[in-house]
Amino acid sequence: MEHKKKSVYLDNNATTPADPRVIEKMLPYFHETSANPSSIHGAGRRARDAVEEAREKLSRLVHCRTDETYFTSGGTESDNMGIKGAAFAQSERTKIITSAIEHHAVLTTCDYMKKHGYEIVKAPVDEYGIVDLNFLSRAVDDKTLLVSIMHANNEVGTIEPLKDIGEIAHRHGAIFHSDAVQTVGKIPIDMDALQVDMLSLSGHKFYGPKGVGALVVRRGTRFDPLHHGGHHERNKRAGTENVPGIVGLGAACEISMTEMNTEEKSIRELRDSLWIGINKEIGEVQLNGHPENRLAGTLNISVKYIEGESMLLNLDMHGIYASSGSACTSGSLEASHVLLAMGVPHDLAHGSLRFSMGRFNTKRDIDHVIEVFPGIVKKLRAISPLCKN
Amino acid sequence: MQYSEKVMDHFMNPRNVGEIENADGIGTCGNPVCGDLMTFYLRIEPRIEDPNKACISEIRFKTFGCGAAIAVASMASEMVKGKTLSEVTAMSRDDVANELDGLPPIKMHCSNIGVQAIQEAVKDYLKKIGRDDLAGKIKGCPDKKH
Ligand SMILES: Cc1ncc(COP(=O)(O)O)c(C=O)c1O
Repeated sequence: MEHKKKSVYLDNNATTPADPRVIEKMLPYFHETSANPSSIHGAGRRARDAVEEAREKLSRLVHCRTDETYFTSGGTESDNMGIKGAAFAQSERTKIITSAIEHHAVLTTCDYMKKHGYEIVKAPVDEYGIVDLNFLSRAVDDKTLLVSIMHANNEVGTIEPLKDIGEIAHRHGAIFHSDAVQTVGKIPIDMDALQVDMLSLSGHKFYGPKGVGALVVRRGTRFDPLHHGGHHERNKRAGTENVPGIVGLGAACEISMTEMNTEEKSIRELRDSLWIGINKEIGEVQLNGHPENRLAGTLNISVKYIEGESMLLNLDMHGIYASSGSACTSGSLEASHVLLAMGVPHDLAHGSLRFSMGRFNTKRDIDHVIEVFPGIVKKLRAISPLCKN
Repeated sequence: MQYSEKVMDHFMNPRNVGEIENADGIGTCGNPVCGDLMTFYLRIEPRIEDPNKACISEIRFKTFGCGAAIAVASMASEMVKGKTLSEVTAMSRDDVANELDGLPPIKMHCSNIGVQAIQEAVKDYLKKIGRDDLAGKIKGCPDKKH
């Protein structure tokens, strides 16, 4: 009972709390050092320096050149800018290949492109959420302008074999874009090694601020801007720079660079202890996602015979914040497109739950979940007509 | 997820959960594929001469579904207890939703399933006592496969 007021945030794949060290770095740029980086006076030059310093930190994190980075308003804009920008910069090729498990930022953009005459092909995935490489090899052809496959899936955490996908795309001269919103700052990224031409990232998924992100585009990859206006971001993304946000993004990159390795290990330990604890206490649960090749902080499970939203609401009562792939939580009548694409049966997709751990979780958080979650499952199974005992 | 206090109360403390052995009427509506499934069990005080005036003396239910589904089943079970069969068949989804101080629009189908599952149980009872004529007039659950 004493835990009741304490809240346990296990929804880090939805967004991470900004690191206090990040916030501290940002604060001066709201007022004391506020200026437009395009201004030529001293204050403007200091704002410009701050933006360029952040750019350097970002380039070091993803191993690219500084003149390959374009700051945006976040993951969604970066995905839009990459896909539409690549398509509109040319006219010979008309085919875009993506996967069935992409974030809506990519899928809905592709749906829109379809309305504009582009052919959209969605590659299937296996039971673990790994994209079918044989399908990709057959689908990519000389008409293909872009292959867009995410680095890691936000719902189940499965990490895609980008290098292999990049090679397939390049065989036919297609551009390879990857939505790396869930991996930047969490696992090492080397654009060269991964064969990626365009990479989307977002600050608020790795302890930076919300509303800032970037698209990284390799030199030689042509793309049109999404925003037209001033000369910002080398004419590729018009609009006065979000200086505090960009500074925050840079600070988040810097922290991740030094802490990524140890952090990944400790988060993985938390996640695995949660899975072991749940398995010990609750029967008939299954893991969704790749058993090994997945983000350290992601635990997506399906609890048989009960539905996700009812579990979430009960967890919420205990101050535990998680998420679900149930239709009830998506605002639509369909369960998670990711789980269904992986072949998870509908009832188990409705009964899915995602715990996503991050930098600020502790062993006590996990213990609290293991303490209250079995009781919730027991209570809901007692009401369920699907549960025969 | 904006649920009223009443929805949360019925969701957290559902009334009349369970099953009735040798129930007089059993009705199911919904499908786990869609994320909602409800089964109601009725005990009925018979009225041989006019079954429509027979009363529901006991009701139990089981639900697979979201918070709204569980709350709807619980509230509906409270509402129909003691009611005559004709009163129950006249009930609409809005009656249950109103009694719960409203449901989010996307959850109104839960309310539908609740009422239809109970009416399905009434239908089952009427068929069991050989009154297919009366049972045929009740809509019940429209599409059992869905
Ligand atoms: C894989 C993935 N892509 C894109 C986005 C969208 O990013 P943003 O919220 O920064 O627009 C998210 C998160 O919401 C995500 O998880």
